[in-house]
Order: sequence, then structure tokens, then C-alpha cells
Amino acid sequence: MAKKIRVLVAKPGLDGHDRGAKIVARALRDAGMEVVYTGLHQTAEQIVNTAMQEDVDVVGLSLLSGAHMTLFVDVAVMLKEKQMDDVLIIGGGIIPQEDVPRLKKAGIAEVFGPGTPVEEIVSYIKKNVKR
Amino acid sequence: MDIAEKDIMEQIRQRHIEWEHQLYAKAIKENPERKTKFKNLSEIDIKNVYTPEDTSDLEYLNDIGFPGEFPFLRGVHPNLYRGRLWTMRQFAGFGSAEETNKRYHYLLGHGETGLSVAFDYPTLYGYDTDHKLARGEFGKCGVAISSLVDMELLFHGIPLDKITTSMTINGPAAIIWAMYIANAENQGISKEKIGGTIQNDILKEYIAQKSYIFPPEPSMRLIVDTFEYGFKNVPKWNTISISGYHIREAGSTAVQELAFTLGDGVEYVKAAMKRGLSIDDFAPRLSFFFNAHNDFFEEIAKYRAARRIWAKEMKALGAKKTRSLWLRFHTQTAGCSLTAQQPEMNIVRVTLQALAAVLGGTQSLHTNSMDEALALPSEKAVRIALRTQQIIAEESGVTSTVDPLGGSYYVEWLTEKMEEETYKYFDRVERLGGVIPAIEKGFFQREIADSAYRYQKEIDTSQRVIVGVNRYQLDEQPSIPILKMDEKGEERQIRRLQKLRTERDNSKVQSYLQQLRKAAEGDENLMPFILNCIHSYATLGETCQVLRDVFGEYKEQAIY
Repeated sequence: MAKKIRVLVAKPGLDGHDRGAKIVARALRDAGMEVVYTGLHQTAEQIVNTAMQEDVDVVGLSLLSGAHMTLFVDVAVMLKEKQMDDVLIIGGGIIPQEDVPRLKKAGIAEVFGPGTPVEEIVSYIKKNVKR
Repeated sequence: MDIAEKDIMEQIRQRHIEWEHQLYAKAIKENPERKTKFKNLSEIDIKNVYTPEDTSDLEYLNDIGFPGEFPFLRGVHPNLYRGRLWTMRQFAGFGSAEETNKRYHYLLGHGETGLSVAFDYPTLYGYDTDHKLARGEFGKCGVAISSLVDMELLFHGIPLDKITTSMTINGPAAIIWAMYIANAENQGISKEKIGGTIQNDILKEYIAQKSYIFPPEPSMRLIVDTFEYGFKNVPKWNTISISGYHIREAGSTAVQELAFTLGDGVEYVKAAMKRGLSIDDFAPRLSFFFNAHNDFFEEIAKYRAARRIWAKEMKALGAKKTRSLWLRFHTQTAGCSLTAQQPEMNIVRVTLQALAAVLGGTQSLHTNSMDEALALPSEKAVRIALRTQQIIAEESGVTSTVDPLGGSYYVEWLTEKMEEETYKYFDRVERLGGVIPAIEKGFFQREIADSAYRYQKEIDTSQRVIVGVNRYQLDEQPSIPILKMDEKGEERQIRRLQKLRTERDNSKVQSYLQQLRKAAEGDENLMPFILNCIHSYATLGETCQVLRDVFGEYKEQAIY
């Protein structure tokens, strides 16, 4: 049997909006992935440490506070520093379209906005997971 | 029911059966129904038609009554909007205090009648802007307020004795409230003259919104401190806004929102009574806050049921004053119902939701802006949202009579049904040992997560249609202008904080912080101590840190 895809669903920063993150976590689990959910209020360092310890293939970041340009980028930079370039990083939340190109440049592979069917996230991960 | 009435009811019943078997059966043969079951968002089955049979158990004088009379189903005020319209209160805050102050003047200039402050995340967690955990969050989700200096700028040019202000603040509510009071006092306006609301509802933070700081016990103590200080010193202030809004936004159903909110309300009342406060002293200053979601009649029934349940519960707890029995509430249209797709359509959603709130008898209302699934609202978007309320108020005619849907077979049936379902939840929570043990067991969190997941599945499988999302989609990306914030705001704010920390009388600050620490270790009411700290220009972060040291911090078990 193929190795299960391991995903870390993470909530960086002080944002308390966890509805989306929890729905995505549950949907990925239902799709047969192994999911670790960090819970709230994680610093970028904590997220990267958990990603390493749990040896995940994917990091999914969720943020609705508007701090994504700082906090998503922090996580991506730190993962790179730890030679975890092969981890697929995706993000979701209230993210204006115009911020997406800069996030992609920083290493966030895809950004999923409000109204995204969870199935779309599942199939994106399956298609793009790097290891 | 007397014999004549029973006879009429029997005739209705028989006619109903005939109608179902003849006319209705024929109709659905010709036009089969679009769904096998019609359900509202709380999973309640909705019948094809409602008749006097569905309300036959209701006695008008006992169960419905007149507006302004027990059980207040039809409203707390006898003449409602015929006298005074609801307060149009747009939740607003972003960037620095100066920018948000400008937005307040803009909104008031366009006919808004009350203010409502949105704070950024660092402020909600009691951190100053230069704290390391504030990274990236300055002014993003609201305005940053780190000290009395910021509060002064926030309300510059606004008459605090004439405008009421609602502040969405929970963990550090007592401290932010102290800043508001101190600012008024410094302007020569006494505490008795200011009016407004602090949200101050920590239970729903643990349950849903998640901006908690301290563990339940000291949090409840702080809340009761504000109740006591409020009715004695700031009599026009609502010292809590018991909130279902965030429970709903986190994914609950309408029934769960209603049940969990009122359950929290009873918990606060019991906590204050345990302190020895008299219910009729503090209860008139309790207020509520509900969501207005998509299912029109369900929302209206929810508000009506809330009033009746609350009046009964308060009476059972020993309240004697009429005002203690009143459930007064603010409503905000459902942020989670807004779509990023075809955002202009949100104007229509918001109109329907706002109308439901008005037909439900809300005391104040926030209408969401069409662009809020994308970013914080632009000036134009927020003006349209405010105009939506003004059109309902001035043009629609729905304000001419009180509780226009009272007596509707459907609405009365649904109101009663929601009340029944609420009491079932009360029983379940009771069996878990009460609200706080149920929080600690993750009961509410799990119930909400289940409902949220089910709702999302229904949308993903198109069982539930959301226009523009899973039907009637467009390929093009939305192109509406997004609010831009002053990029220099954070820098300015940090300079202001640093200047304050060097220029104020620091020995006075330290001495007041020390006194607060001592008091927190004991059991005195903390409000006077917090006010001293704030008047001496201790910052939010410094004051909150003292309480963090004494009370500790709450950590939740993440459930999904």
C-alpha cells in the first residue's frame, strides 16, 4: 500500500478563525491522509518544528486576519532554511487576489480562497505533493 | 380552548386532511417537489403549509402577549421602531487610531447613529503593538489600541456623552473599558453620562471565537467585577454583550447559536449571584448579540424565541424588575455567508439578513459590506451597507407596526420549535455539569465543528445552493477595489508607544501596577485598580501582563 500523505494544518499568528482549518483538516483525513492540526496561535518557528518532527509532506496554512504576507512568508522562509524545500506549502483564508503572486513567489504553491470546495484541495495535494 | 373553538379546530383538521389528499396530492403529481425534504439551516423539517393546528397549544396572553409585556416574545418595547429606529452601528476598525477615527467621522457623517470598535489581534490578546507575537498583525483585523493615548486619538472629535460605543473586546475587556472611561473623564465627561457596550463574553471565546487570555475562573471574576463596577458607577453601560454571533460564524446552526448563547447568559447571571450581587441590580445591563444568517424565517424565529426563553429564565432566577427580563440585542449579518465570488451579490444577501433582524426586533444592527470575503471594507462598500439599513428603515414600511410576523402560523410554530430544541441543549449541558465543564470537555466545540463540516459538505455536493459559488458561477475574477491601509501606521504607533514609556511618570505607573497585582492576588473588585493604571498611562500590554502573571493563560485542546 502506498504511503499515506502526511499533512500539517497550521494556524499561524493570533488569528482565532479556525472554522476553515478544521473543515479542511477533517476533509483531508476523510480523504485518507494523515493529518496533524496544530491548534491556534502558532509562531512560524513552532509550525516549522512540528513539520519537521511529524515529517510531513504538506503544510497547509490558514489565516483570516490579513497577516498572511508576513506569517505565510515567515513559514516558507524557515522551511527553506531547514532544507525542507520538498514540503508542499499551501495556504487559505481571506487573501486578496493581488497578494497571491507575491505569496507564490515566496514559496506558497497555491492559495485557496473562500468558496473553494474541499475536494479541490484534496486533489491539488494529491497531484502536487513532492515526496 | 372552549367547545366552540374545539369544534372549529376539528373542522380545520378534517379540511387539512382532505386538502392534503386531494388538492395537494394532485398538485405534486403535476409539479413534483424540488426536494424530498425541505429543511432549514438547523435541520428542522419544514412542512408544506402551517395552519392554526400548529399553534393550537399557544395561549395568546401567556405565550405571545403584547410588545413590552411578559414573555416579551413580540419585543421589549411597546412601540419599538414607531418610536425610535434601531441604532445603525457599523463594526469598524483598521490600522492606526487616526485612520479609524477618520472612518468613524465618515460613517457618522453618512447617518450612522452609534459606533462599534473592531480591535486588531494584538489588542484582543492584550499585547502592545511592539510585542513579538504582534508580528504581522498590526491593524489588520481592527484598530491597534495599546494605551490611553491611542484611545484619545480614536475618539478625537466625537462627543462621548452623545454617541454610544460598542467595543468588541473580551479577554482584556476591563482594561479597554477603563481606557474609554478614562478618556471620557479626561474630557470632563463623567462616568454616569457615557453609554455603550463591552462584549466581555469570555465563554463564547472558549467555545468559538478563541481570543481568550486567562482561564475560566479568573475570567469570570473579571466579568463579575465589571458588572458590579458598572451598575454602581457607569449606569448607562452594557457591561456584557452575550454573543451568539461568533458561535454561528464558527459554523453552528441557528438552534445551537440560540441555545449556547442563552446558556452562557444564565451562567453569567449565576456567577454574579454567587458573588452576592442582586440580580435586579446587574441584569438590566446585560445585552445580547446575534447573527443574521440566510434562512429568513428561521432567523426571525430565533430572535423571538430568544426573548421568550430569556424572560422565563430570568424570572425563574428570581428577577423582579421588568428590565431584568428584557433580552435586548445587537445583530450583525453573517460574515460567513458572504462570498468572494461575484461580491456585489453580497449586497442582496445582506439586505435579506438585515430585514430578518429588523423583523425580529433588533435594538442595533451592523450590515456587512460586500467586499468582506476579500478584505476589510472600502469606504464605498461600507456606505452601501449603511444605506441598506437606511432603506429598510425609511422606505420599506416594515417599521410601521411592532412584530409584524407575530401570529403567523409558521413563525409562531418555528419560534416554539426553536425554543424546544434550545431546552434540549440546556439539558445536555446540565448533564455535562454546566457550561464550563462542557467547554472543558469540548462539547460545544465538537457540536459546532460537526455542523460546520456538514454545512460545507452540503455546499460541496450542491445539496445546498450558494449563488455564484456552486451555481450561476462566472469565470471572471472579482474586480472591486480593496481597502489600502497607511503603511506608516505601525511605525508611528510604535514610536508613540516608546515616547509614552519614556515621558510618563514611571514610578507612578509601577506603583499602580504593583497595587493591581496585589489586588488580583486577593479578591477585591479590580476595576478601580485597573483605572488607576490606565489613568497613569500604563499600557494595555503592561496591565494585562500583571494579570497574566497572577491568573495564568488558557490553552485549548484543539478539536476538529
